[in-house]
Amino acid sequence: MKFLTVDVGSTYTKLTAIDATTREILGTAQAFTTIESDVMQGFERAWQELTEARPDNPCANFGYDQMLVCSSAAGGLKMVALGLVPDLTAKAARTAASNAGAKVVKTYAYEISGSEQQEIFDINPDLVLLCGGTDGGNREVIVANARRLVAIDRPFTTIVAGNKSATDEIRAIFEEAHKDVVITENVMPQFNKLNIEPARDAIRQLFIARIIEAKGLNRLQAMTPHKIIPTPLAVLQACELLSRGTATQQGYGDLLAIDIGGATTDVYSMAAGTPTVDNTMLKGLPEPWAKRTVEGDLGMRYSLTHVFEQLPERGFPQYEEQMKRVGEWVERCSSQPDTLAQPDSEEEKIEEFLGRSAVALAVERHCGRIADVYTPLGLMHTLEGKDLMDIPAVVGIGGVLRNSRHPEEILKGSLYNVMQPESTRPRNPKFYLDSRYIFAAMGLLRMVDEELACELLLRETKKIG
Amino acid sequence: MEKKTVVIGVIGADAHAVGNKIIDLTLCNHGFNVVNLGVMVSQEEFIDAAVETSADAILVSSLYGHGEIDCMGLRQKCDEAGLKNMPLFVGGNLVVGKQNFEDVKERFLSMGFDYVYAPSTPIEETIGDLKKHLGLE
Ligand code: B12
Repeated sequence: MKFLTVDVGSTYTKLTAIDATTREILGTAQAFTTIESDVMQGFERAWQELTEARPDNPCANFGYDQMLVCSSAAGGLKMVALGLVPDLTAKAARTAASNAGAKVVKTYAYEISGSEQQEIFDINPDLVLLCGGTDGGNREVIVANARRLVAIDRPFTTIVAGNKSATDEIRAIFEEAHKDVVITENVMPQFNKLNIEPARDAIRQLFIARIIEAKGLNRLQAMTPHKIIPTPLAVLQACELLSRGTATQQGYGDLLAIDIGGATTDVYSMAAGTPTVDNTMLKGLPEPWAKRTVEGDLGMRYSLTHVFEQLPERGFPQYEEQMKRVGEWVERCSSQPDTLAQPDSEEEKIEEFLGRSAVALAVERHCGRIADVYTPLGLMHTLEGKDLMDIPAVVGIGGVLRNSRHPEEILKGSLYNVMQPESTRPRNPKFYLDSRYIFAAMGLLRMVDEELACELLLRETKKIG
Repeated sequence: MEKKTVVIGVIGADAHAVGNKIIDLTLCNHGFNVVNLGVMVSQEEFIDAAVETSADAILVSSLYGHGEIDCMGLRQKCDEAGLKNMPLFVGGNLVVGKQNFEDVKERFLSMGFDYVYAPSTPIEETIGDLKKHLGLE
């Protein structure tokens, strides 16, 4: 049995050829795709590259039995999420959408205002996730938001995953307005109980039905019976597999994975994140074991200026000179996104410094926070979010880290920092790298051959540093 | 008839957990839907929970003697969050040592609480008040 996986990205289309009999990756290839150009062109060029008739090419005569496809074309699935209380259903909504592989452009809490309606109109999302209220809880806000959503003249589909007592009324509102709606289970059926899977699956199915059409993926879809899924979801599935292992193969256990890209940085954690410090009380919403966050303002090209603006070093006179040079590099990269740093140059160091800073910010937002509470009994702590201080493995995935000559220098940004003792980041992890850029491919392969996907992940993920 | 929802918890840095569990159980047995926030609960958490679950009352416990500081401003925050006329109940060991309870009660009432209970008030008494207040009997 031979498999071909296809990852249609916004800049590259990547192919991976897998042989299940010899249990190896035969080859990988990629071709540049622009958002405007036809998806099929990118696929065909990558295919030519993969099967090029060179004498040393093991894929020269490659033919596949099954093809699996994921896509983040055009920046993936654009979503906005609505909830009631920022720390409760609004956060649950955001978590569900992020875990489904969507790009959550904005999250709204409480009843949205007229200007927020306008903002959603301007964002022009593909999908909207509408949550709010526990089952039997608040219904006014979610109903009011349903009315406000149908008044926005954009063709998005709305997924409703809120208070079940309000769903009939909400369905009627959407049907009357002739707007697409899908109703699923509440993301928070009871107070502080997360139930994100139904919403996540609904998002995934809509992704297939709707986005595939819009982004011209239907011809690829016609070539395979397997449903196209969002790339971040494929990556999440690979992370989960590498962490848990299978019945016959031992996984890594808890892990943190980081994918820094040109425009966004994704962070995945596979861990319960229970407190590592004694006398710690848990606060806030429970976190899913497999969690993805995506930072739209952190990336190495299109959002490099945002990284620069958030550097903690800025504003210290002793760094002024260095920051000036960093600023110049940032400007160059922003105006010409194809700029590359020369090996062993100062620019390479700057690039690694910026990467490390972006990772630090992304991981800080992903991890939990611990706070000291002085009680008459002595010092106690509260933890909000995941405590990842004892996590044993940090895995770098994606193109930027793989193409860097010192990926561990970038991944070090994920480490616990004494200057921010409240941020529960890993203290002493080992670093690993997705050296052949196969996480998305293995997340796809897992759907048809889990043992093989796990074996290849374990083999191709390399320890670094 | 639909169950009434009550948010309960021990406010501030207070970690006395036993009474909270008893209150949870007793309220459940009397047919309430209980949202128990446990111990060391901030004012914001009480309010967030009440908003999201559309609670009918908030029942605050304080046992370690710092109740007055911890409870200050809760009513104002409720008003701010749109929880108008939310019934607020408080009990436990609200203040340090043996103070005249009538004075203590007066202070909590003026902070905006609707019902204030002396130490070792049985929770059943509160449940009676709760049912009356919510028109259940
Ligand atoms: C066990 C205990 C602890 C344990 C708690 C373990 C735990 N995780 O639960 C530990 C050792 C941690 C502890 C610590 C402290 N404790 Co202590 N503790 C007690 C003790 C002995 C029993 C509490 C208990 O569980 N009672 C059983 C339950 C069922 O009763 P309850 O908690 O009172 O709750 C009932 C009623 O109060 C009422 N109720 C409660 N809330 C509400 C709300 C409403 C609206 C209503 C109507 C009724 C109501 O109904 C409940 C159920 O029947 C009491 C003394 C006592 N005998 O009460 C002291 C006591 C409460 N603690 C006290 C103190 C001072 C402390 C400390 C500050 C310091 C210390 N001395 O250790 C710390 C505070 C720590 C913190 N951050 O909270 C004082 C409080 C003094 C005051 N308020 O004036 C007490 C009264 C002891 C005393 N006489 O000095 N304590």
